[in-house]
Amino acid sequence: MPILEGEGVTKYFGGLAAVSNVDFHVDQGEIAGLIGPNGAGKTTLFNLISAALVPKPGVIRFKGENVTGRKPHQICRMGVARTFQEVKVFANMPVFENVRLGSLFGALPGMSSADATREATGLLDFVGLSAVRATPAKDLTLANQKRLEVARALATKPELLLLDELMAGLNPTEIAQAMELVTSIRDKGITIFMIEHVMKAIMSVCDRIMVLHHGEKIAEGTPGEIATSRTVIEVYLGE
Amino acid sequence: MDIVKFISRRSLVPRLIILILLILLATIPLYTKGYTIILLPSIFMYIILAVSWTLFSGPTGYISLAPAAFFGVGMYTAAILGETLPLPVFIFAGGLISFIVALLVGALTLRLRGIYFAVFTFGLVMFIAYVLLFWELHVTGTRGRFVIVVDHTTIYYVMFGILVISLLTAYLIRRSKFGLALQSIGENEEAAAHMGVNVTMVKVTTFAISSFFMGAAGAIWATKLTYIDPFIAFDPFFSFMAVVMALVGGGGHLFGPVIGATFLAYLEELLVTRFAELYKLIFGIILVVAILYLPNGLVGLIQKLWRRSSGGQHADT
Repeated sequence: MPILEGEGVTKYFGGLAAVSNVDFHVDQGEIAGLIGPNGAGKTTLFNLISAALVPKPGVIRFKGENVTGRKPHQICRMGVARTFQEVKVFANMPVFENVRLGSLFGALPGMSSADATREATGLLDFVGLSAVRATPAKDLTLANQKRLEVARALATKPELLLLDELMAGLNPTEIAQAMELVTSIRDKGITIFMIEHVMKAIMSVCDRIMVLHHGEKIAEGTPGEIATSRTVIEVYLGE
Repeated sequence: MDIVKFISRRSLVPRLIILILLILLATIPLYTKGYTIILLPSIFMYIILAVSWTLFSGPTGYISLAPAAFFGVGMYTAAILGETLPLPVFIFAGGLISFIVALLVGALTLRLRGIYFAVFTFGLVMFIAYVLLFWELHVTGTRGRFVIVVDHTTIYYVMFGILVISLLTAYLIRRSKFGLALQSIGENEEAAAHMGVNVTMVKVTTFAISSFFMGAAGAIWATKLTYIDPFIAFDPFFSFMAVVMALVGGGGHLFGPVIGATFLAYLEELLVTRFAELYKLIFGIILVVAILYLPNGLVGLIQKLWRRSSGGQHADT
């Protein structure tokens, strides 16, 4: 059963259709990938799912419920968390507080301060940031800021996690670690929808991949099908 | 063991100082009369404005120039209701009406960021002043209003009471989950919203709470002035003073605005009485120096000195 569905999702910026009549779905428990050239509308689609933007027209359903037009904090509390393409950590707050905020305000309302502290400690351990818990987030390396965003998103107790270019700007070692992190999040039972340009990563991690081009969905299938698809090779992967 | 002792001593000393200071201030009217009782409430008033300004603008980074608007709303509440209602009631009403105005204004304007919000809030002060002037001239047929007279000791205690409550509120909000949400809004509002923070609700509520104290302070302040008109009540100077005092004191610490307001309010008093014609010049120079050379405000300077003096014995604990 799909945990997330979109029907005819469209978003115009002025006269430009950033996302145009896209039907999509993400199944419970899978790692779904979203690829496409720069400017294809991938981040816009994520913004529509996380309610930073509202589709017009179009309908988005989460766990069968129509969530079009809700506010970002409501979407988060329903169980959809995200990271950002350009990291948006709370720069002057300690790493630990960044994560604790997610626990306090996320999908489990009324969490006690002690529980939130325990959870944040566990999550920092999970992403490997325990050693820098007291450091202001702005002093972390890019790779660690991205890990922090993942921990902060997980703290909100999501059922669906949107990862926007988690691996962009990371070196090969860091990419390998990030791939491991993604699989271990899925093993916790969290569904993942990820945008990625690092082909090696997305091909080996994803169960299913969608391709956007000029705001339209041009292909969808298993990594193997995508890698050999004529259209995808022409517009994106190249010979 | 040493560390535990060090930490507890460090937090105990300032707390003790605060307690002694509060007791001292609460009992001052018992053993002195005259000038001190008249001077202190105006310092308290500035502290209330600076503390409540910092309550909202400090963590969120939304620079509000509206303190004068809410301060003025409080003054007019006292002028209109002061004759008919008992003192505690019209003081509370001054706060409450400011709170409601702030809720409305906040809901409309807190989507504006940066300079636009600052300019709008500044415009609000002038807007209310002119609307009120029009109303008074054409509907009620008055230019200004007399305010009920209250004795100095009562003014002292009311102002002191509002001060203590506003400080306590600021302290509790800073320590709470709500305070963390405010801070996250200042750091990155979009990320905060996606982490489940209802940013609009948090911003508007805090803006209104901070306005409550400004309005209540305005209500009691009006009784000190005894006569007000729209331009006395809605004087943008109070907005600037609140901002400047918070900045000079240091917005990052609870006592930053307290220290900034005390310092500048006393300085103003001193300069006005000693060097009446040079007062604004000297005041301006001190402001420029403070802003250029004290990036963390006076409170940052004090913390540095404190660390240097106590750090010698306890280095690296």
